[in-house]
Amino acid sequence: MMNLLRLLGGRTASAPVARERLQILLAHERGLRGQPDLLGLLRAEILDVVSRHVVLDPEKVVVRMDRGKHVSTLEVDIEVPNGFERSMAASG
Amino acid sequence: MAKVLVVTSGKGGVGKTTSTAALGAALAQMGENVVVVDFDVGLRNLDLVMGAERRVVFDLINVVQGVAKLSQALIRDKRLENLWLLPASQTRDKDALTDEGVGRIIADLRCKFDWILCDSPAGIERGATLAMRYADEAVIVTNPEVSSVRDSDRIIGMLDSKTVKAERGERVEKHVLITRYDSGRAARGEMLSIEDILEILATPLLGIIPESQDVLRASNVGSPVTLNNAASAPARAYVDAARRLMGEAVTMMVPTERTGLMNRLLGRRAA
Repeated sequence: MMNLLRLLGGRTASAPVARERLQILLAHERGLRGQPDLLGLLRAEILDVVSRHVVLDPEKVVVRMDRGKHVSTLEVDIEVPNGFERSMAASG
Repeated sequence: MAKVLVVTSGKGGVGKTTSTAALGAALAQMGENVVVVDFDVGLRNLDLVMGAERRVVFDLINVVQGVAKLSQALIRDKRLENLWLLPASQTRDKDALTDEGVGRIIADLRCKFDWILCDSPAGIERGATLAMRYADEAVIVTNPEVSSVRDSDRIIGMLDSKTVKAERGERVEKHVLITRYDSGRAARGEMLSIEDILEILATPLLGIIPESQDVLRASNVGSPVTLNNAASAPARAYVDAARRLMGEAVTMMVPTERTGLMNRLLGRRAA
């Protein structure tokens, strides 16, 4: 379609590209609205749960979301210091 | 009953102040009592576009803080006796505005005017949220360009969640005003079309203001474009938009420049 327009018009009709990019972007951004900080919330709750069992440095908990066209991935990276399993030892 | 209308956009430089002045003047020309309020604290410009920059004594912040009475801060337009301006402060910053203070002023203005047009600052920070806070209606000024449309979408989301009306479960009546539109470029596929923008924003259209030298010419001399050159294409488009705000059914069209052959030959340089 784009190539056809290009051939007919002699130059690129860029408006259809703008329209498509906007539609994809805004569908994504509207989905995030109302839950403005999903990642922050996830991070806080993950930190909370893991800290019940392992001593953690809050700075070493990284939550990342990567949105792909068909699937998105949620990456949780938690750095655990060596040799410390506080409550596991206590409950163990 | 008084109507509070915020002119907003998110993105800067799309024509909020120009549109506030032009719509305010057009409504006043139709006999309505109108006040235009500049919410761009620290970067006021509505006074300049209205040609009242040398008559500002007190401002919005002075009234919020009780330093001046509302009647002392209001400036009457020299051309239209039922058009007034409430300027923003140039020296203070936007933190001087409080939700409660703005609410009080809007309530006072509602008793005095038919229309209260709030010229929002760009952005989504405090100044912009306070400008829309008490609005009954909103005009979202949008350029046919990706970043402007994206920001308009964001602002529409805020109008639906952060206004007093939204919090009460009511709706702010929203209208899109497309400015700087070039129908030739849109027809050639070089610019987002009206249909594209409306489909993406899913908000009704208030008007289409064509790209025109008359807009700059009007702001150069400090006059709303509807007063400065009433026959110009943008002026006619703003008047149509104002009539729609009044509830009239006006056929939507893009006014075009009436350029004669001589003007075209001269490259329209005679400003």
